[in-house]
Amino acid sequence: MTDAVEEAITRAHREEWARVVAAVARRFGDLDTAEDAAAEAFATAVERWPRDGVPPNPGAWLTTTATRKAIDRLRRESRRDEKHQEAQVLFDDEPAAPTGAIDDDRLRLIFTCCHPALAPDARIALTLRMVGGLTVPEIARAFLVQEATMGQRITRAKAKIKAAHVPYRVPEAADLPARLGGVLAVLFLVFNEGYLATGPDSDPVREDLTAEAIRLTRLVRELVDDDGVGRGEVTGLLALMLLTEARRPARLSATGELVTLDEQVRSAWDRDLVDEGHRLVRERVVAVAAGGPPPGRYQLLAAINAVHTAAPDVRDTDWSQIVALYDRLARIDPSPVVALNRAVAVAEVDGPDVALAIVEKLPLDGYHAWHATRAELLRRLGRRGEAREAYDRAIELAGNTAEAAYLTRRRGQLGVTEGG
Amino acid sequence: MPKYLLSVYGPAERNQFGDYPSKEAMLQAFEDTGAFNDKLVADGYFVFADGLEQATTATVVDGQGDEPVFTDGPYLEAKEHIGGFWVIEAPDLDVALKLAAEGSKACRGKVEVRPFHTEDSIKAMLEA
Repeated sequence: MTDAVEEAITRAHREEWARVVAAVARRFGDLDTAEDAAAEAFATAVERWPRDGVPPNPGAWLTTTATRKAIDRLRRESRRDEKHQEAQVLFDDEPAAPTGAIDDDRLRLIFTCCHPALAPDARIALTLRMVGGLTVPEIARAFLVQEATMGQRITRAKAKIKAAHVPYRVPEAADLPARLGGVLAVLFLVFNEGYLATGPDSDPVREDLTAEAIRLTRLVRELVDDDGVGRGEVTGLLALMLLTEARRPARLSATGELVTLDEQVRSAWDRDLVDEGHRLVRERVVAVAAGGPPPGRYQLLAAINAVHTAAPDVRDTDWSQIVALYDRLARIDPSPVVALNRAVAVAEVDGPDVALAIVEKLPLDGYHAWHATRAELLRRLGRRGEAREAYDRAIELAGNTAEAAYLTRRRGQLGVTEGG
Repeated sequence: MPKYLLSVYGPAERNQFGDYPSKEAMLQAFEDTGAFNDKLVADGYFVFADGLEQATTATVVDGQGDEPVFTDGPYLEAKEHIGGFWVIEAPDLDVALKLAAEGSKACRGKVEVRPFHTEDSIKAMLEA
């Protein structure tokens, strides 16, 4: 296969997979059929495109081919009419497709995969398979579970969608914000698993997962764009991911140790991603100032990240603005984890003693970041013995290899340079 | 249209006011549940609904042998048992979940939503 054809197939897979699955699912009302037909269509492309050339509209070619494959399959099962009819009864309770129905189909697919009646693990797996086009082995590897287990998780989710008649449609306007929140939560989980991968054998950063999460968030943003409902938080989440991803090149040292924000070489940040993230945050600031709905969790987190990435040097960080943003975040999400992150900023504004008093009250004994934050604050207050114990606990609880390496070095410095 | 079983769970042994903290609470829950049932009927979702006597009144029957065997008590040993249920007809799970949420509020209990077999799913099972 020539490089050009191979690239065309890779690109088509990346750009068209969800469209093909969504279109077949819409027509036949069955995710299993859609998944198999899409996979067969891509296999046919691999076979034919090198010989016949890449078709002028790869997406349309793939959808047509997948539809034929689905019909062949149903014909083989020799009950096409019944099946077809059943499909209509199961899923398609809406009148003829409105304009822009192709994009609608992808959005339907995403909402179906992230349905609240499915377990969170199943939502993530199904979204990556059906919308992201990742294979079952790829998803299994990303989440460190056996292939058979992951396959079963996806099969069971598809079976529930079918048996319980989970509708294949975009929720009504009244339900949309809550349901979109569920979709964004799935995408954020995928991103976070990529950004701070867990497990002793896992790479500390899984670029495949962060890239996939960003790609899918972009897609959702495009799809809800015209609608207006929920646009703010999708934009916020995308900005948050971009500003986080931008720092990735500076985030691991040559020895595979986590480098925290204050020690990162900022010239190594990805400038394009920072710029795009800042543009999106500004877009939201303008929209909110113009009387739009108040910013939600993702927009506030994006704004906090934008304050960090706007500082050329850590000493230029506008910490009081970060504390103010965390205050707003704490009002809509009064969780101890938000309070912990706020305390880190408070330490820069009001001093480590004030921050430590806040941290000590938080019920986060099982959370490695709580111990790590305590350790840093105790170090700054010169309480080395207590700091060492806190580092011990943080290292014990840290699931990420690079983070454990970083904490171990910090604990070591406590002994060597400060004579603990 | 798909049918769903909406079951409500409660303690195996009830206090003097059913599963409710007081007589007033019990009467209010009955009234709210009655109103919810009326709404189900009016909107065309209702198939059947009723409450059950407490689980300790159940008898398990095994008729597979030569002589039937009777055992006192519910089939499963558990602290909580089904206390009542609805059977509804709804176009899809989203509608069923919404109705279950209303029913849960009315009867003051958690509701389990479970789809019934359909003609098609039985056919698929037979052809598998």
